[in-house]
Amino acid sequence: MEVCTLKKLLFQLKRVVITGIGIYSVIGKNLDEVTASLKEGKSGIGIDPRRKELGFRSSLTGLLERPHLKGEIPRRMRVCLPEQGEYAYIATKEALSNANIDMEFLEKNEVGILYGNDSSSVPVIEAMDCMREKKNTILIGSGSIFQSMNSTVSMNLAVIFKLKGINLTISAACASGSHSIGLAYIFIKYGMQNMIICGGAQEVNPESMGSFDGLNAFSVREDEPQKASRPFDADRDGLVPSGGAATLILEEYEHAKKRNANILGEVIGYGFSSNGDHISVPNVKGPYASLINSLKDANISPNKIDYINAHATSTPVGDAAEAQAIARVFGKHKTPVSSTKSITGHEMWMGGASEVIYSLLMMHHGFIAPNINFEKPDEYSKHINVIHNFTTAKINTFLSNAFGFGGTNSAVIVRKI
Amino acid sequence: MNKAEVISKVNNFLINEFELNPDRIVDNASLRDDLDIESLDFVDIAVEIEKEFGFKIKGDDMINVNTLDDLYNYILSKLQ
Repeated sequence: MEVCTLKKLLFQLKRVVITGIGIYSVIGKNLDEVTASLKEGKSGIGIDPRRKELGFRSSLTGLLERPHLKGEIPRRMRVCLPEQGEYAYIATKEALSNANIDMEFLEKNEVGILYGNDSSSVPVIEAMDCMREKKNTILIGSGSIFQSMNSTVSMNLAVIFKLKGINLTISAACASGSHSIGLAYIFIKYGMQNMIICGGAQEVNPESMGSFDGLNAFSVREDEPQKASRPFDADRDGLVPSGGAATLILEEYEHAKKRNANILGEVIGYGFSSNGDHISVPNVKGPYASLINSLKDANISPNKIDYINAHATSTPVGDAAEAQAIARVFGKHKTPVSSTKSITGHEMWMGGASEVIYSLLMMHHGFIAPNINFEKPDEYSKHINVIHNFTTAKINTFLSNAFGFGGTNSAVIVRKI
Repeated sequence: MNKAEVISKVNNFLINEFELNPDRIVDNASLRDDLDIESLDFVDIAVEIEKEFGFKIKGDDMINVNTLDDLYNYILSKLQ
């Protein structure tokens, strides 16, 4: 008997499926708009003049309006929500609707939340400004503490949607969203929860990005904003910060079948690793390990992966390391690869979740979104199959990579059922 | 500032910031029981008072404020 089969018998592992998705991003404020942008390769990147006033090296950013929630949710809930919490609320509302889950279901069942978020800068800064100016803490207001904490998204959504299961935030830099899916998958696989809301949220404001801009990591191709994010291209010069929120509903397979849920895909593999190396400079070994671990967990060989949504952010060093890791595992299979960050920019804490949603949309609509601006491969990306034009494709199984500062790596594999 | 001006400013922020229906705003309304103002909301009332009337509220200052009329009178007493 195979070890894997034995493990399944021993632990009675559950199958984990995705039954709902929702998104609020710079390429669209709902699933339909996002699908259209993915097909067209329509960029959501532009210029924020305020960044130059604040001394930024680059004013490039994903452009996103804040949703209007007055009249949508009560004031007491609104004052506790920071910018990225608002995005997460909209994405989660769409995901729950997509999963055919209403408030009555949420009231009566034990639904959990594991959401990715790794900063909430503006409320912290505003509270500090208020204290310094007024020398009084009451005047900070009642919402600030709930907006400021890293767990702001999970705590707020748990209250708004009356959740009664696991309730915590995953902070893992730019892999937060991906790890939230991986950990929700583990909770359900081992029978601890039947349904978990997971995803990632990312604030889009200069205050949260100034210190990152200071590391010279951002593209300065300000004269051509929509050509600035160019993952794997030889002329890339840095990433473009972006954000929004992406929510997925993960559910135990039998539970989903029993309520006749529309199953969008099955999570079959989660691989993780830590580089044990530099705080910001990625390496090849770490991402390679998370790729291999995800394939082992899924119990499939590399040739079964039909599409890879790369982490590739458009930084010179990061893309080179990822291209080498992908080439080492998938090179001989010429597995199609694209980085949707070419059109979204780097959605950071949100990216690992949104990119699974982008890939699910591609799987269901039969196409691969183009890695726009990929014009000339470099010495590493020439060894992988980067898709730079809209391509029709039958995707049965895809893999989505996400890596973050501190060397945290995550790879999630999803297949159609 | 007279009481009518205090009432006008307080009612204005209760309607606009706290989204209270004007019909509910009567002098003897209990802030907690009738207007559903909870402990966290009192912090935001303190913020509005500082903005509108220019004085800072500390810790337990509003402990005896139960009705809307108590709130008007408390503000008036601080202004005089």
